[in-house]
Amino acid sequence: MNGAHDMGGTQGFGPIEREAGEPAFHAEWERRAFALTLAMGATGEWSIDASRFAREDRPPLDYLSRTYYEIWAAGLERLCAERGLLTAEEIEAGRSLRPARPVGRTLAAADVEPMLTRGGGVSREPDRPARFAVGDRVRARNAHPRTHTRLPRYVRGRTGIVERVHGCHVFPDVHAHGGGEDPQWLYTVRFDAHELWGADADPAAVVSVDAFEPYLEPA
Amino acid sequence: MGHDHGSHLSDTQRRVRALETILTEKGYVEPAALDALIETYETKIGPHNGARVVAKAWTDAEYREWLFEDASAAIASLGYTGRQGEHMVALENTPAVHNMVVCTLCSCYPWPVLGLPPVWYKSAPYRSRAVTDPRGVLREFGVELSEDTQIRVWDSTAEVRYLVVPMRPQGTDGWSAEDLAALVTRDSMIGTGLPSR
Repeated sequence: MNGAHDMGGTQGFGPIEREAGEPAFHAEWERRAFALTLAMGATGEWSIDASRFAREDRPPLDYLSRTYYEIWAAGLERLCAERGLLTAEEIEAGRSLRPARPVGRTLAAADVEPMLTRGGGVSREPDRPARFAVGDRVRARNAHPRTHTRLPRYVRGRTGIVERVHGCHVFPDVHAHGGGEDPQWLYTVRFDAHELWGADADPAAVVSVDAFEPYLEPA
Repeated sequence: MGHDHGSHLSDTQRRVRALETILTEKGYVEPAALDALIETYETKIGPHNGARVVAKAWTDAEYREWLFEDASAAIASLGYTGRQGEHMVALENTPAVHNMVVCTLCSCYPWPVLGLPPVWYKSAPYRSRAVTDPRGVLREFGVELSEDTQIRVWDSTAEVRYLVVPMRPQGTDGWSAEDLAALVTRDSMIGTGLPSR
């Protein structure tokens, strides 16, 4: 979707504010929002792609006026509500008002380290040959789905060169919406800054994105 | 998108507390697991992990070659694996090429080697500008590159995670990997800084 999250090339946000000796979290509620998001992710009720969509699919004004973990908290609440794990009334009441329904699993403290260490790889065995090879010229499709996509707006319609082939990975555009993993070939595609930003762009800059095969066409 | 206090904050605090209470009461989450998750990212996983990878690449030619060939395996061999680092690529800075990493769409970042991203990495100013004006962004970070140094920006749009391997500082011949690791800053592994020397 063309949301406020798709920030590449937007102007006017001002200087980058850095903090010396920055802690991992700035408040207790941030710690809890982070951990709740990971723990609920472990129930298997949704994918990481669905959770990214739940965070980005907000009115731009809302997205831009919330802090990072505020968006995480709102995304988690939405995912839980959409899947019937809690209700708005319960959030208002601050406690559970209905019986729980079964979930895939509840993450135990002892499973935290193994789960994090194992991770959740998304590479899958290819069931077809790659359409593109390193060195091929490709154009990013000019498409504007209302659903989740990982093709940033600033490369759409632009021509680049395939730089790496990563094998087949779970396709977020489909996976985010419950359509299964639908693995697709994944490429790193390199664009000259001139191609993306015009003649005034830095002549010695290039930008790469990781692009799934359905995002690309031969150029 | 900063972390300063906004009008949503007290409402958010209340809602997060409600979320935790409800999800715990329903048995979907275990409080001890939440504590373990927080403790992991506050105390165990952080840029000291990535610094060890870089220092080893600086001191061990065979490891360096492996790292650029198969970063996931080379990094895993030091014990850094898992969530948000399943598919790693290491990027080599040279006098001719400077690499820099961003996630314009959200906050993708190599957790096992760098920990959780700093606020600026997740912020609108960095995400918007890193791809259009990388040289200006670097200048803002105090990194001045010669005009003919190519800047390569890597936008982490899928599940591949990038680790920049900065150039080894001069005058460090004979240093141990441990001493070298102390020079490797977090920002130098994102590409917005240089080793501290």
